[in-house]
Amino acid sequence: MQANVGAVASTMVQEERAHRDARHDRLFSWLLKGCALLVLASLLGAAGATLWGGRHAFGTFGWHFLFSSAWDPGSDTYGALVPVYGTIATSVIALIIAVPISFGVALYLSEVAPTWLRTPVASAIELLAGIPSIIYGMWGLFIFAPFFADHIKPWLTNYLGNKPDDGKLSWVAQHTFIGKLFGSDYPFGASVLTAGIVLAVMIIPFISSVMREVFQTVPTRLKESAYALGSSTWEVSWDIVLPYTRSAVIGGIFLGLGRALGETMAVTFVLGNAMQFSASILDPGASIASTIANQFSEAAGLQKSTLMALAFLLFVVTFIVLLIARWMLRQLAHKEGR
Amino acid sequence: MAGNSALYLRRRFTNALALTLSTMATILGLIFLAWILWETLRQGIGALTPKLFTKITAYGEDGGLANAMVGSFIINLIGILIATPIGVMAGAWLAEYANRTRLGESIRFLNDILLSAPSIVLGLFVYTIIVLPTTAMTSGNTTFSGLAGGVALALIALPVIVRTTDEMLRLVPSTLREASLSLGIPQWKLTTQILMRSARSGIITGVLLALARISGETAPLLFTAFGNNYMTVNPMDKMSSLPQVIYQYANDPGEAMHAIAWAGAFVLTMFVLLLSLASRLVLSRSKVSHD
Repeated sequence: MQANVGAVASTMVQEERAHRDARHDRLFSWLLKGCALLVLASLLGAAGATLWGGRHAFGTFGWHFLFSSAWDPGSDTYGALVPVYGTIATSVIALIIAVPISFGVALYLSEVAPTWLRTPVASAIELLAGIPSIIYGMWGLFIFAPFFADHIKPWLTNYLGNKPDDGKLSWVAQHTFIGKLFGSDYPFGASVLTAGIVLAVMIIPFISSVMREVFQTVPTRLKESAYALGSSTWEVSWDIVLPYTRSAVIGGIFLGLGRALGETMAVTFVLGNAMQFSASILDPGASIASTIANQFSEAAGLQKSTLMALAFLLFVVTFIVLLIARWMLRQLAHKEGR
Repeated sequence: MAGNSALYLRRRFTNALALTLSTMATILGLIFLAWILWETLRQGIGALTPKLFTKITAYGEDGGLANAMVGSFIINLIGILIATPIGVMAGAWLAEYANRTRLGESIRFLNDILLSAPSIVLGLFVYTIIVLPTTAMTSGNTTFSGLAGGVALALIALPVIVRTTDEMLRLVPSTLREASLSLGIPQWKLTTQILMRSARSGIITGVLLALARISGETAPLLFTAFGNNYMTVNPMDKMSSLPQVIYQYANDPGEAMHAIAWAGAFVLTMFVLLLSLASRLVLSRSKVSHD
């Protein structure tokens, strides 16, 4: 009898404890889930806050906002064309420069370099990714832009541009659109091209480390088979490794593009911040991020709302680009059965 | 045969050319790294003086960066203090509760997107949710604050911490979970007292990486913490930070201001690089402990 009571009591204690644990577990998982949902909330919040802040600009200018190059605080008329063009132009230039170089770096690190050299060189390249963007900006402003103005820009304007110093147009400048692209009489180093180059240096480590990582996922037997058939290292890389990793490589490139589109500090220093449209990539320009950084503190009313609207556009575009990037990167992971 | 050997030569030539170009691409990348670090070092060390650490920015050319450094410290601290618990819990949820569920996968996916979202937009978001309401409360005086800056940095640090926590917890062998659960431990105790402890160095790495990332951020601070030429430790006050002062001084026409900006850039770069080095060290030590 006594033993029986003890057993009942202990089952009751156990049950109560099981209930308590279950309750705590439930609370704990809700807490954790709430924290995870904050990630979702901050993305939605950022989109919502900028859309709400920009409602005045969207309402005033309508669709015309996207295609207008006006930017006049005096008459309070604003258009998104100049900063949108600047953002896209600098990012595209950055990609054109960074993609082949990153591919070269990844190829070197996964196929060419002697094994003992791979880790140190890879860490050094990744160090580039760790440098704060403001340092890139200062280096761009004080070191690279003057260097560019002294050594690279004169060559480009004289041989390719339609506004050479001596007035004699080169054949290229006379007959192709390249003349317009490189024609400039702006004497300083700040330009769309300079910003593109600085951005390229910034995104090379991102793209090359993704490429290197995915190159290493290619099954050795695939590569060995190609080598056994007599392929050269280049043929293996171009015909075996690259097709196998194509989606992830494109994902890596889009990841770099996403970075380039939203970069603020490095671009603000070297873009020149001119709110007028120019077809030349050697003229100063403005990007969405640089315009916001420069003008937001002093802006009020419709101008402030316009900057918010620009931020919304930037956020939506980078979101889509990064969405594609991550989706492409997933493809390879699925292929591997991970 | 002649055709074959021509083809062979061409293939060899293409191969040699491609490999040379790839080596040159790597060298070019390293040149840029060396160039940037060298200039930061040269210009920064040249301008390094004791008053950099003792005087405040209000003195301008004769001043230092003391208030900016203190401000940076406080803003980063707020950012990390907010982001770490939330990030670790969110990461634990992804790894332990929602691994392979649809919602978990989506949040993991969106977290990766937040990781590279434009920081200036996150700054504007915090401006909208903190600076604007507090401004409304103080009858129209725009109330930028160190706290708002910290929240903006927390948003940038959060995805880094979520991701590393998630990855590190998933690396913990599942036998550990099964052994603990079979002893009747509730899952919250398992997560907090066993799994997190065994993934601790990985999680610390994530926090260090997040700190390295946010201490160089400038854009989101421009409209949240704003800047302050005087020393303040009150997080409800406007507060300057190292990157923001560097930005301001570099855009100043004065040469002496540029020198101070370079010195600040040097200090900032060293701090960030040391942090990423430290995080690597923590991680490499942790790799041994699992087996």
